[in-house]
Amino acid sequence: MKTVNPKGGLMNLKPLFEPKTMAVIGISATNDRHPANVVFAKNNHRYPVEVFAVNPKGGKLHAETIYPRVADIPKKMDLAVIATRAELVPDVMAECIGAGVKSAAVISGGFTEGGRKDLQDRMVDMAREARFPFIGPNCLGVYVPLKVDTFFLPIERMIKPDAGGVTFVSQSGGILVDHMIKFAQQGVGMAKAVSIGNKAFIKEKELLAYLARDPATKVIAYYIEGFGEGEGRDFVIAANACAKPVILMKSGKTAAGNRAVSSHTASLAGDYASFAAAVAQHNIIEAANELELVSFCEVLSSYTKPIEGRIGIITGSGGHGAMAVDACSLAGLTVPELSEPTKTEIKNNLAESVRTIAALGNPADLTGSAVDDDFVACARVMGASPEVDCVMVLLLPYIPGISLDIGVKLSSVSRQFNKPFVAYVPHVEKYNMLIEGFELNGIPVSSSIEGAVLMAKALARRQPC
Amino acid sequence: MLKKEVRDILEKSRKWGWVLEPDAQKIFSLYGFKTPKYAVATQARQAVRLARQIGYPVVAKIVSPAVVHKSDVDGVVVGIKDDETLVRTLSRLSNIDGFVGMLIAEMVKGLELIVGAKNDFQFGPMILLGMGGVGVEIYKDVSLRMAPLNTRDADRMIQELTARKLLTGYRGSEPIHLNALKKTLVTFSRLMMDMQGVVESVDLNPVMCTAKSCMVVDARMMLKK
Repeated sequence: MKTVNPKGGLMNLKPLFEPKTMAVIGISATNDRHPANVVFAKNNHRYPVEVFAVNPKGGKLHAETIYPRVADIPKKMDLAVIATRAELVPDVMAECIGAGVKSAAVISGGFTEGGRKDLQDRMVDMAREARFPFIGPNCLGVYVPLKVDTFFLPIERMIKPDAGGVTFVSQSGGILVDHMIKFAQQGVGMAKAVSIGNKAFIKEKELLAYLARDPATKVIAYYIEGFGEGEGRDFVIAANACAKPVILMKSGKTAAGNRAVSSHTASLAGDYASFAAAVAQHNIIEAANELELVSFCEVLSSYTKPIEGRIGIITGSGGHGAMAVDACSLAGLTVPELSEPTKTEIKNNLAESVRTIAALGNPADLTGSAVDDDFVACARVMGASPEVDCVMVLLLPYIPGISLDIGVKLSSVSRQFNKPFVAYVPHVEKYNMLIEGFELNGIPVSSSIEGAVLMAKALARRQPC
Repeated sequence: MLKKEVRDILEKSRKWGWVLEPDAQKIFSLYGFKTPKYAVATQARQAVRLARQIGYPVVAKIVSPAVVHKSDVDGVVVGIKDDETLVRTLSRLSNIDGFVGMLIAEMVKGLELIVGAKNDFQFGPMILLGMGGVGVEIYKDVSLRMAPLNTRDADRMIQELTARKLLTGYRGSEPIHLNALKKTLVTFSRLMMDMQGVVESVDLNPVMCTAKSCMVVDARMMLKK
């Protein structure tokens, strides 16, 4: 897999994400909490990557050899994780390039963010010259489930989501790690987590080119603080041409000190207003906050087909239905009144005891007396009806007639009618098996009604390419 | 590639950091935008002659490198119907700081819109459409797109305005010429792409739209420093 580098040639990012061999440079012989040592320890014998320790002083790290230079390692390195002091990094990178290392993650800090732009410029110059892909500096690097983990966070402290379809690229390492926790909590699987830090060389756009062709990645999400000059334009144009959904969360929306501007347009088209407009224009889905980001990622890794946004709601509680209707309306979705034949058909398929008490409009409130079969019967009619193009199930696991199999049953209805279903189920440990019944069978589940509505909203916002 | 006359105007304007209105009007008319009939006068007899040629009523505006915001110095007089008012206006405007002339232009009526551009650091030229006039920054009823625009983009920008009904005919008012507005937006966006190296922001405020046409009535063009 290749991607175009800023110089116009081709760079191969695969060694960065799927290294077979990896050098960790800057290992301490004495301090196991040194970031380099953490990276070494968590990969060594734990991932399918051969790991080598490097420090100019040489010696031993426990029983392992510390090589003085990367060139001393008797194998070619796919990836170098560089964790030395900032002022040493350019020379280390030159050595890596000289030794034929194929890529690097520079986790050291202290470059532009610490007033040493000169060091960063040297690295970029040599990387461009040698077509040497590196991410960072001042980053965590990459985490790829079952492949590699360059995050200098002790293994026992990290929360890792299951392997799945979302790749999250973040300018901030902290935001990235936090979202791994949130993805894990919401059952959203990840393909890759990429921390790009100062994004000196490999930036959002280069990663987009790689991820667009990465079979593991179904959804590409970004956390972005800002782009360099003109780079926003290049990025949104590339994202518009990408067949996979691109989701973006932005910080720094409030201008620090609205500078005095001499034209109305400059005042009205502020930095964030322009950002939001350019992004939306190019079919990138902007998430306003964490809940939106996680909900959008979850639903778009389950479904790719866009909807118009006519939602059919099935609930066991009238209050939940009413809350969902309000949230749908705010999100620009409609909850259409069902036609009489459709309502009658739902009614005819419900159990006698439910039929007499259910409120069969949209939302369809099946009441606390409903059992699995009633939910399934209602879902079948909505699944078949052209009146709605997405079904939202607000499921209350404490209703006595609901079984652990409800998710499995509803997901087969969703598949049968090729219509996206989204669900709300309260997330507590007790209900995990029920939630997994949905999620492992393809129906995304949110822990809030609002989240379920946001999932439907993402499907409606996603335009066909 | 910009036309030579345009390059000359931009070069001349660099020292002020913006383009004087008659020059800006020149640029837009060179690129096929509709502009009102206008002329610049410094002397009373000349002003009267030009105003009669254009036809009363006319609007008079200060032309001065020192005055970017004309209404701030009371530098715009609309609805001048006779020679006497015109001459009086000239004598007052000629006392304003930096006076180099008085622009006399045909009075144009219509729905006031703003069409603008801003050269964004991250995204390059951005195009703005909104309800125009002096209230533009109060109502903030605007839509924004990255240039260049196609007709579909222009159409979506119009649809995004809260006040779009005022454009398509509201309570008996005549709808404006939407295709002329779309063409204005598309052409303007292309011009802004060509000028992105030199131009910082542009306000066409107002662009007067009627059932027949869209006319650039006032143009303020700020240059990059």
